[in-house]
Parts: sequence; structure tokens; C-alpha cells
Amino acid sequence: MTRRALLYLTVITGAGLTTFPFLWMVATSLKDAAESASPTLDLWPDRWMWSNYIETFRAAPFGRYFFNSFLVAFSVTAAVVLTSLPAGYAFARLRFRGKNMLFVLVLATMMVPFETTLIPNFVLVHRLGWYNSYAALIVPWCANAFSVFLMRQAFLGLPGDFLDAARVDGCGPLRFLVWVGAPLVKPMLVTVGLFAFLGSYNALLWPLVVTGTNAMRVVQVGLTVFSGAEGVRFDLLMCAATIIIAPTVVLYLSAQRHFIESSVGAGIKG
Amino acid sequence: MHHGGPKLTIGAILAAALFLVALVFRRALWNALDALLTRIDDVLEHRRGRGKGDGPLAAVLLTPALGLLAVFAFMPLLWSVYMSLFSSPDRGASFVGLSHYSRALTSADFWHAVRITAYYALATIPAALALSFLAASFLFRIVRGRGVLRTLYFLPYVTSVVAAATVWRAMLNPNVGLVNTLLDTVGLRPDRGPMWLLEPRGVLSFLTGGLIPESVGPSVALSCVVVFDIWHSSGFLIVVLLAGLSTVPRELEEAARIDGATWWQTQRRVVLPLLSPTLFFLIVVSLVRAFQAFSSFFALAGFKGRGPAGSTENLMVYLYNTFYEYGEYSYGAAVATLLSALLVLITLFQWRYLGRKVHYE
Repeated sequence: MTRRALLYLTVITGAGLTTFPFLWMVATSLKDAAESASPTLDLWPDRWMWSNYIETFRAAPFGRYFFNSFLVAFSVTAAVVLTSLPAGYAFARLRFRGKNMLFVLVLATMMVPFETTLIPNFVLVHRLGWYNSYAALIVPWCANAFSVFLMRQAFLGLPGDFLDAARVDGCGPLRFLVWVGAPLVKPMLVTVGLFAFLGSYNALLWPLVVTGTNAMRVVQVGLTVFSGAEGVRFDLLMCAATIIIAPTVVLYLSAQRHFIESSVGAGIKG
Repeated sequence: MHHGGPKLTIGAILAAALFLVALVFRRALWNALDALLTRIDDVLEHRRGRGKGDGPLAAVLLTPALGLLAVFAFMPLLWSVYMSLFSSPDRGASFVGLSHYSRALTSADFWHAVRITAYYALATIPAALALSFLAASFLFRIVRGRGVLRTLYFLPYVTSVVAAATVWRAMLNPNVGLVNTLLDTVGLRPDRGPMWLLEPRGVLSFLTGGLIPESVGPSVALSCVVVFDIWHSSGFLIVVLLAGLSTVPRELEEAARIDGATWWQTQRRVVLPLLSPTLFFLIVVSLVRAFQAFSSFFALAGFKGRGPAGSTENLMVYLYNTFYEYGEYSYGAAVATLLSALLVLITLFQWRYLGRKVHYE
């Protein structure tokens, strides 16, 4: 009995330590300037300053940053789903010449470390005249090998009878893919979409190097600019961190199963 | 006040209007899409000939993904190596052979960055794995509340590194941060207490009370980045390890316990060997990530990722600074190639020597 109590005590303490920075962040974001400037463990603000959040949006163009971040992340997510679904289907279900060679090439790009492509892509984006534009933020990320690979695995896992049944009913392969195939691999589509969204929304290095003005900055870059400013208030910084983290936490809590199963899938089958 | 300007407002209104129209007429849109798909299917069926494979269809389905991958993943790979052999990426640049490589390999800054990357990987990976293994095996033992606790442990992993680093920076601020304030209250802060993220002196010197010289080993600032990344990444490790643990047969553990094995003996002789494929996967993934760590250095350590006195300048930060701050694209490409080669070598080494010890059932 005591053993079990000790076990619970340990894991709950661990969870408390893990989540403490977030609790402290939210608490500090709601304290007034004086209280937040002299930090304590006290997570209950003396005065609840909800107006801090409005002030944060006034102190830096976070509205614009958020618009950019969401526009980019949603576009990338939609594009990744639309490119990896047909490609995964083709690699899993179609017979054509050069299939294996093409698939090996796709897998090879999965092994390429991000840093190798950083400089050439940066130069390429400049040559295309895309510097400081949505195209630069979105287009290079519209397809990735890992998503193609995941979609292929999902289609390989489907029994072949579905396609045959659809064929007999006079359904062509494209109609099959859209109306029958896509719903059947929906769990994997959601996983691929979640990865794409989070990866795009949380990215720092690429948006940092291809944007140069506030009009084009995404939240992650905007926050580094904001927190680098001289004499910025703690409470406003914590407001900014809270509103940037909030969408991903909401997404995570509402699609938890997908997050955890996909990490697990990567670990076990990897 | 900052406004996005009239263009932004018009764009947002247009997007919303389009969305509404699509919602109202979605039946008609689906039908139109279906008609279009049928049309393409018919054309492809027509061109297909007599059972000679699905070539045309595959071309239609693969072109978007493969085209993008070719332009933004495959071509850059070759171009990177190519441009590293020239004075610049511009047309008409002069061929300089391997001189960028020899410059990197004889540069003290480059080797400093290699050392920082090595410190970071060697400190982060074993500690993160050990802590996550403990957390996972504890979590595995409890039944009630496991789901909630797992959710909490995984939470940092989905949050943005930049935002989380902002919180840590506030807590680690040497003058008005939470950590030093708390240390002060309990009277634990010596006069020459660490400045945390602003401290370029060695962490070993602080831990041994000055026994080890300050210039030896990683700096306190780098150690803060290490602790931050252990916190940020352990959720992923715990979740994967939990899944791995659920594949270990309970009877084996029971048998070991009945035979009088202690907890540690059971873990070492029974659980860890059975878990080795999972551990191996996690080590490989963690190493790749350690070599690509940038956001936490940039957002947490400050000074464009270099940290105090350059003591957190790892290879990615060095790469970023050479190409973005100094505009040395070709030299940067050479550094990137060296970095990738190092990564490939280490991964191969792992497969060869560590992979052999992995126990597959």
C-alpha cells in the first residue's frame, strides 16, 4: 500500500514539475506589471489583469503574426494531405514501371538532413523572387517524403477486395481514391495533417530566414522579435507565450489519441 | 495600433465569403468534383491500352508530390554539394575545389561548434532516456489516472519551442527570475551564483565548487539549454517507451521477481533487453535531432543562438550565422555537407555496432 502511494507521489510530482512552467506562464500573464516583476511561486494573481492580453496585441502586431501563421499552417496542411494521399495510393496500389526506383528516391529525401537543403532553398527562393512572401513560407513544405511513406503504409494495410468491388461496380480509380479510399485511410490522413500543421505552426528557422518585415512574420518569429526588445514586460511576454501555445494545446487535447498513437506507431514499427 | 492594412481585411472577407458559398453549395460542388473525376478516369481508362499497368494514372497521382520533392528536397541536395565547390552560388563564380572544406576543418570556430554539438548530444540523450525510462516504468505500474498523467507528460512536446523558451528565459533571468528569487529566499544563493543563461563559465566548476577550472566542459548556459530540451522532448520518449513496455510479457517479469530478482535486476536482465529495439530507435532519432537543434538555442540562449561568449554556438547556429548573418553561402554549404556527412557516419556506426546488440524476438 505504501509502495503504491510512493509510486503515485513520484509520478504526480513529475507531472507537476513538467507542467509547472505552463501554469506559471498563465498565472504570470494575468498578474499586474508590478507583481509579475517580482516572481514568486504564488500562482494566484492579486489582481486579475485580463487587459494584459489586449495590451499584448497592442504592443506588437500579434494579430498579423497569427493571421500569417494560420494561413501558412492551414495551407501547408491542406497541401500535404492533397499531395501525399494520391502519391501514397499510387505507390501502394498501382503497377507501373520504375515504381521501386521512384520510391527509393522518395525515401532517400527522407534521410536528407534539413540543414543540407536550407541554403540552396534559401537561394532558390530569392531567385524566384519569393523572399518575404507567402509562397516562400508555404510552397517548399507542400510535400514531404514521410507523409507519402505514411500514406503508402495506410493503403498497403487495406484489403485489396475494396478496389476490386469498386471496379466491378464501374468506379474508376480516381473516384475510388476520393470516395472510397480516402475515408478508409482517414485516421492516417488525420495524423499526417496534424504533423503537417504542428510542424508548420511551430517552425522557426525557415520563416526566420525567408521573411524580413512584420507584415510577413509568423508568430514564432514575431515572438523572438518581441522578447528581444529592450525592457519588455514579463506579464506581456507571458501573454504572448500563452496565446501562441494555446492553439496547439487545444489541438492536442482534442486529437490526443492521434498524437499518441502516431508517436507510438513510429516507435514500434520504425 | 497595428493594422494589416485594407488588403488584409479584403482578403479575409473574401476568404470567408468563399468558404460560406462553398458550404451552401457543397452538394453541387461534390457533384461537380465527382463528374470531373469520372471524366479523368474515362480518359485514363481510354489511354491505358490493354492491361499494360497503370502508368498514366500513376503519373497524374505522383506528379504533385514528386515534383515538389524534386525541386525542394532532391535538387537542393545536389546543388548544395555543387555550390560548396565554388566561390559563390552566383553564375560565373570561380571554382575553388575543396578550399571551403579545408577552411572549415582548420577553423577554430567550426571545431568549437562541433564540441558544443557533442556536449549537447552526450548530455541530453542519456539523461533524457534515463529519466523517461523511469517515468514510463512508473506510469506503466499504475492503472488509475495513467491516461491523464501521460497527457501531462506529453504536453511540452506539442508546444512551440520558442514560446516555451520565452517562459524559461523569464524564470532563469538572473536578476528578477523565479529561480534566483527562490534560491535567495532559502539562502542558497552564493555571492558568485550562476547567471544561468548569461553564464559562460563551466558548469562543472560550479558543481564541484571551483575544483575544476571554469574553462573546462560545457558552460552553465549550455546546461540550461540541455535541461530545457530534456524537459521539452521527454514526453515523446515516455509515450514511445510506454508502448514498448506494453510489449514486454508480464509473465517474464513475474517469473524474475518470484526467483528473487530485485527491481533493478529485473529491469536490467529482462525488461531492457526486450525493450532494446525501442531504445535503439529512440537513440537514432534523438541523435539526428541533437544535430539539428536550433530553435531552443536561438530562442533560449539568445545572442542569435551563440549564447554568452559564444558558449552555446552549436553546428546549426554556426551554419545559420555563416550563411544568414555573413552571407557566406558556399562556405555554409560546405559546413552543411560536413554536418550531414558526420550525421550519416554516426548513424551508420550506430547500425553497425549498437544495432547488432539489439535483441529482436
